[in-house]
Amino acid sequence: MHRRTAVAALAASLALTTGACAATDQRTAAPTTLRVAGPFEVHSLEPAADGELFTRLEVTETLVTSDVRGQLSPGLARDWRPSSDRTQWTFDLVEGATFHDGTPVTGEVVAVSLERAAQEPASPLADLDVEGVDSAGQAVTVRLAAPALTLPAVLTHYSTAVLAPGSYGTDGRVRSVIGTGPYAIDEIALPSRVSTTRAKQWRGKAPAVESVQFQAVGRAETRALMAVSGQADVVFGLEPAGRSRVDAADSVRMESSLQPRTLMLKLNADHPALADVRVRRALSLALDRPAMAQAVLREQDLAATQLLPPSLEAWHSTEVAPLRHDVQEARAQLAAAGWAPGADGVVRKDGTKLELTLLTYPDRPELPALATAIQAELAKVGVAVRVDVTNSSEIPAGQKDGSLEMALVAKHFALVSDPLVDIAAVFAPGGSDWGVMNWQDDDMDQAVKALLTGTSEQRGAQARETIVETAQAELPLVPVAWYRMNAAVSDRVDGFVMDPLETTWRISGTSWAR
Amino acid sequence: MTGKLTHAEPGTASPPARPRTGVPVRMLAGVLARRGVQAVSVALLVSVLCFVITLRLPGDAAYRIAAGRYGSDLVDSESAAAVRTELGLDRPAWVQLGDWLGSLVQLDLGRSLVTSRPVAQEVAFYLVGTLQLATAALVVAVVLGTGLGVAAARRPGGLVDRLVAVWVASVRAVPPFLLGLLLVVVVSAQLGLLPAVGHGTAASLVLPVTTLGAGLSGLVAGVTRDTVVEVHRSEWVRFARTKGLSERWVVLRHVVRNAAVVLVPYLGVQAVVLVEGVVVVESLFSWQGLGHALVHATFWRDVPVLQATALVLALLVVTVNTVVDLAGVWLDPRPRGAGVAS
Repeated sequence: MHRRTAVAALAASLALTTGACAATDQRTAAPTTLRVAGPFEVHSLEPAADGELFTRLEVTETLVTSDVRGQLSPGLARDWRPSSDRTQWTFDLVEGATFHDGTPVTGEVVAVSLERAAQEPASPLADLDVEGVDSAGQAVTVRLAAPALTLPAVLTHYSTAVLAPGSYGTDGRVRSVIGTGPYAIDEIALPSRVSTTRAKQWRGKAPAVESVQFQAVGRAETRALMAVSGQADVVFGLEPAGRSRVDAADSVRMESSLQPRTLMLKLNADHPALADVRVRRALSLALDRPAMAQAVLREQDLAATQLLPPSLEAWHSTEVAPLRHDVQEARAQLAAAGWAPGADGVVRKDGTKLELTLLTYPDRPELPALATAIQAELAKVGVAVRVDVTNSSEIPAGQKDGSLEMALVAKHFALVSDPLVDIAAVFAPGGSDWGVMNWQDDDMDQAVKALLTGTSEQRGAQARETIVETAQAELPLVPVAWYRMNAAVSDRVDGFVMDPLETTWRISGTSWAR
Repeated sequence: MTGKLTHAEPGTASPPARPRTGVPVRMLAGVLARRGVQAVSVALLVSVLCFVITLRLPGDAAYRIAAGRYGSDLVDSESAAAVRTELGLDRPAWVQLGDWLGSLVQLDLGRSLVTSRPVAQEVAFYLVGTLQLATAALVVAVVLGTGLGVAAARRPGGLVDRLVAVWVASVRAVPPFLLGLLLVVVVSAQLGLLPAVGHGTAASLVLPVTTLGAGLSGLVAGVTRDTVVEVHRSEWVRFARTKGLSERWVVLRHVVRNAAVVLVPYLGVQAVVLVEGVVVVESLFSWQGLGHALVHATFWRDVPVLQATALVLALLVVTVNTVVDLAGVWLDPRPRGAGVAS
């Protein structure tokens, strides 16, 4: 038995030492590899599925991209222009761009990627009714069935990333990600690891960071520990507890930016109670947003005062009266709508209690916590809420079959760099999956239509004001909080910039700290 | 401390196992045939059950699959409708099940509904991950557990025995998630000795294996201790001593073999529990294994992956049981059942 124990001890210590060496190597060696960790797993190489990871890692590029302020800027296209009726858009490609396998980027190749994206129902390009994509040398022309001003913004979406012909297998599926960006794929170990190195073919200035290793880490606790122990240089998706840990640690800092995302309640305006605007207002007045934002998001300033955050300047009104918290007023609005408190505190009308089911999903850890906070706030004014944490797809499914009563969603208002595309979808007449439900307003429709078809700058500003004011007065969606995207960044890294739209992680702009 | 064992005491029921070289072929063939039939019926049952349960789950599969493919920002009615058409989800359920069973007979597991990659490839990848983790953890548990158990059994009630009892109680009391987190905090974050996460390298295996192995070692130590103490006290061991065998031969020829008859089936059960119970540890350490695959496939209604994963797990259980049976036949070749009657 002694010998056996000795062998076991030896094996264990060997394993520990190998592990320790591997870990120390990573720390002491001169930095060459930037280690990035985040919750994003890669299950498919198709651009419309998990393609955002490859644009974020700067492996693939789209024709148009956006700068840190969310303005359109050239990507693989250096210039673009619409036809006079805006049904045809021509994009001139940058000169001298090559894919990582050496094939040149031509109009013909780009057209293939765009046509694929247009066929992909999840891509915003599919919503634009593309009739065809033509190529002529280094130019591509997108033909649309109806005029669309938003096409360049839609072409910032990762689903429209341009891949080399060699990326596709014989069955037409993407087999490898061969892009045009400053970094080329070294290895992809689905679903959790992607490593890249600087691409020799890159047409711009060579990035300072030689290689990048991305690791998907499912648990937020583990990610926070990786950030504070220096096992990753950039860590995305930290929970409030993890953020305080990072704040307390040396040699790592938090970077953040306000995202154009709003956590909001989607209400079914056909519901017997919610059809009444006074009930919707009562729900809004019942919410103590600063307290909820402080408790759940650890930042009081994230309490929403209107639908869109101040970072979307054009869509954030300084005129509109901010949403407020007033329990007395909430009760008064409910009473005016005919809902009187019963013996158990729950309000009733014609003998029916006001009971609502609130759906939400766990993809963002804040949502379930916020949902229970909303439940508690609404109970104070006599509205009984049942929280159901489920799959995100239950919300569009409930919209479709009309069974949805109330949902807490985290809606991104700039999936493509122009918020108008998402605003138009959110307020689509009658409703949309991630927008209003069974609600319509003529002023709203006209304002959206005016913006979509193009108008003068002044009238455009008026239309946006109308949209914001109508949303605030009618509350078909009740804004709860805005959203801050954050990352823990090691002091080894200089020049990290947080892109509010998360189009790319801008790794090519970072360098090693001296 | 684990309770008293409920199995029949080996020494009281029958004489000690005689070391024999040959194992009856009929017995071996019997084990293999029985387990073969079991494997096929389990495969059928598990596939059909998985399918039926997925059908009965709330929520529309097309929406779930679309959410799995495109994420919560892009899932909508249009993408769900496209998924439904592409995968033929509006066909009657029995047609879909028939299709799957038909392909299964040809050893074709199909493609994942979410990732579109061949299921066999995906499941094989996750199976390797789980087997690596489970095997290494079992080795740690056996080495550590039997070592501690045998040491404790030398002097029941002595200091070592009491220390081992403390170890058994503590590792049993700490849930794997907490133990894993503690290890990450201490070994990885504070001391910086090992990476917290990762997959495929020896270094990244140490922490998850220690988490699982340490937890399991408590049970193994407890069972080993009790069994060895009982065997030691048995009449035939006393007889072996009386007839003048040295302590070394008593342990090797009588105690170890008889204790193993109890321990091996017990380890078999533990191996099965281990394979199924690694989900938490896998997620904590971002280790890609079957637990990970099973959770995702259920959440996304990825029926082919779900069926294949469950199938692999079920067959793994059958395999472990077969190995345990064969080991049992080898360790204790006394005829049983009908064989005894004849």
